Amino acid sequence: MRLEVIDTEKCVGCQSCMFACTRIHKEAGLSKTCIAVKSAGGIQRGFMTVVCRACEDPPCARACPEDALIIRKSGGVLLKAEKCNGCGLCVNACILSAVFWDDESNKPLICRHCGYCAKYCPYTVIEFQKGDDAEQEVENV
Amino acid sequence: MFKDNPLNKVLYIDLSKKRFHTEYRDDLFGKHIGGAGVAIQLLREECPEGIDPFSPENPIIFAVGPLTGLFPVASKTVAMFKSPHTGNLGESHAGGRSAISIRMAGYGAIVIKGASERPCYLAIHGNKVFFRDASSLWGMGKSITAGRIIRANEPSSGLRTIMRIGRAGEKLIPFACVTTETYRHFGRLGLGAVFGSKKLKAVVVSGKRSLPVSDMPDYMKLYDEIFNAATSSPVMKKYHDIGTPVNILPLNMSGGLPTRNLRANIFEDAEKISGERLAEGHLGKRLACAHCPVGCIHIAALREPYKDEPYFYKTTMICYDYELIYAVGSMLGGSDTEGMLKLIDSIEAYGLDCISTGVILAWATEAQEKGLISEKETNGLKLQWGYYPAYLDAVRLMVEQHNDFYEALSKGVEHVSSIYGGQDFALAFGKNEMPGYHTGPACQIGHLIGSRHSHLDMAGYALDKKLMVDKNLSPADLASELLGEERWRQVLSSLVICFFAREVYKPDVVVDALRIAGLDTSEDELKKIGEKIHAEKYIFKLREGFSFDTLRIPKRIFETPASTGMLDEQYVRKAIEYIKNDILDKINLESR
Repeated sequence: MRLEVIDTEKCVGCQSCMFACTRIHKEAGLSKTCIAVKSAGGIQRGFMTVVCRACEDPPCARACPEDALIIRKSGGVLLKAEKCNGCGLCVNACILSAVFWDDESNKPLICRHCGYCAKYCPYTVIEFQKGDDAEQEVENV
Repeated sequence: MFKDNPLNKVLYIDLSKKRFHTEYRDDLFGKHIGGAGVAIQLLREECPEGIDPFSPENPIIFAVGPLTGLFPVASKTVAMFKSPHTGNLGESHAGGRSAISIRMAGYGAIVIKGASERPCYLAIHGNKVFFRDASSLWGMGKSITAGRIIRANEPSSGLRTIMRIGRAGEKLIPFACVTTETYRHFGRLGLGAVFGSKKLKAVVVSGKRSLPVSDMPDYMKLYDEIFNAATSSPVMKKYHDIGTPVNILPLNMSGGLPTRNLRANIFEDAEKISGERLAEGHLGKRLACAHCPVGCIHIAALREPYKDEPYFYKTTMICYDYELIYAVGSMLGGSDTEGMLKLIDSIEAYGLDCISTGVILAWATEAQEKGLISEKETNGLKLQWGYYPAYLDAVRLMVEQHNDFYEALSKGVEHVSSIYGGQDFALAFGKNEMPGYHTGPACQIGHLIGSRHSHLDMAGYALDKKLMVDKNLSPADLASELLGEERWRQVLSSLVICFFAREVYKPDVVVDALRIAGLDTSEDELKKIGEKIHAEKYIFKLREGFSFDTLRIPKRIFETPASTGMLDEQYVRKAIEYIKNDILDKINLESR
């Protein structure tokens, strides 16, 4: 069960996914978003979608000195916030720039692959692909 | 009043002293909503009476609204300033990422005053403001290059707006625009020239934050309702599919598409420049403003070979909209879409308002045809309907202000025709060139006395449609409908809702959305605020010399039939008289 980027060529740059991500974190605005839509070198060249791709062997988790990033069964990580010391090494470890930062809690923001953002993509740029029982896993954390 | 809301924060920047400060203006937001309502208050506070629009004292005001960042399609930024083109109220709206970035940076409005000694650009990242040197960007041929360099120099890609000017703004051409995110514009009334007069090349704004809502579950529910309405409504679908050029064919069919400087109201080649045909032959990409799922922005891909070198091509991505196709297509009698796209691209690169530029070229073509100007004035150019190579040269010479004629041309049709003649076919209303509708009296009245000088003020074209069916609508009834629409639009532009979504944001939806944003109000209350904002704009306009009694109506609009048939000057004048009395009454009430 994970979020998949299907076709960034169809992205119009509305950023509805980014706003959705903050809403599912029970906030309004963009403070908690774990997905980014930015231009691929100027808007005339279209957009790129930056989001965790649920690596099987995630470098961010390996970089964490406090074992605060728990590896999910279906790939990617979940943050144990109480263990995180806010060092930011996970951000540097992700060459996709898919580990975002929450200035308010001083901790990383990483996609949990809940699929909420995909409901707001009118053009199927991103899609939620269901697989195993990882939903339960998200709720447990 | 919005309590403890970042919307209340106004950022004041002084370019002369290179200083800034913030103030919490909870006295403004809420009472005047935000956007246009707050901007006109700030303009009245900041703009001294009778100043030269190019003096450092002329403020640039950007304002966003309470729903920006909370709900979809509240995605416009309202800019206010004293217009160098009309010498009066300048109000221009743009989307792109501008509104979201300003709100996410933590401001409801930004006020820029003073003038920099050297070219500079402003970088506003959250609560930090940087005055950056832009000497190396000044004089660059293409505005897109300047954007590219700023992009590489500033952080927060994807969370920022880059509002910039081109060569036209630097050269103080009074209808120069400000471009944001490459394809959106504060197009009309010359904000770009005001930037230029302050040696301000660009303003970058970025941020990422939370916004307060009064009730989270209600917020999520209403968000979904608005989002679904926005993505499924037929109007939104129309703009999503073909984009605004979907209007070319119906307008032409009804006899409302200004053609060859409005010598005709029907363009025989309209099909060739229609939205459908452009989509078929050129559409390369569609884009959206931030937090708007609709994606009405249509981009053509133009592949051109280099003439001097085989197998060398360039592919340019060019934004086209209804207004542009009117201004440099039908108005110039052009049906060669490649030529038209090249002209749009050149206008974009210089940072000119495309509507004004097209109307100016149309006037010049007719003036040359009539012998008011010769090749001596045009520097050897023979302007002919539909011949784009000459138009491309003319735009360059106009931006360069090559000789007296081109300098006069670069000040608009009102000005150039006051020197060379041809006022009867100089299509400007209150000195601002005509937008693309000749649907009937309502539309033209809107151009004349709309407070923002825009075809979007009163939606006259919609009322003209009604007139086509009901021929008996009296001037008073027509005037009263136009005023009602314009007053409600003050509310929408204070919420900074894109007018395409006006059917989604009905008054009851607005009241619900505002409650979630932290403001308890009612439909009646909103309507009163709309009336007040409208009156406040007119107080400013009258203060700066606007007069209902000296309005010049170009004769041409009475010579060429509109969708509703021939326009009756008496009818138009009567309706204006009614509007004048209504507005003056309201102003008297306000000042009591």
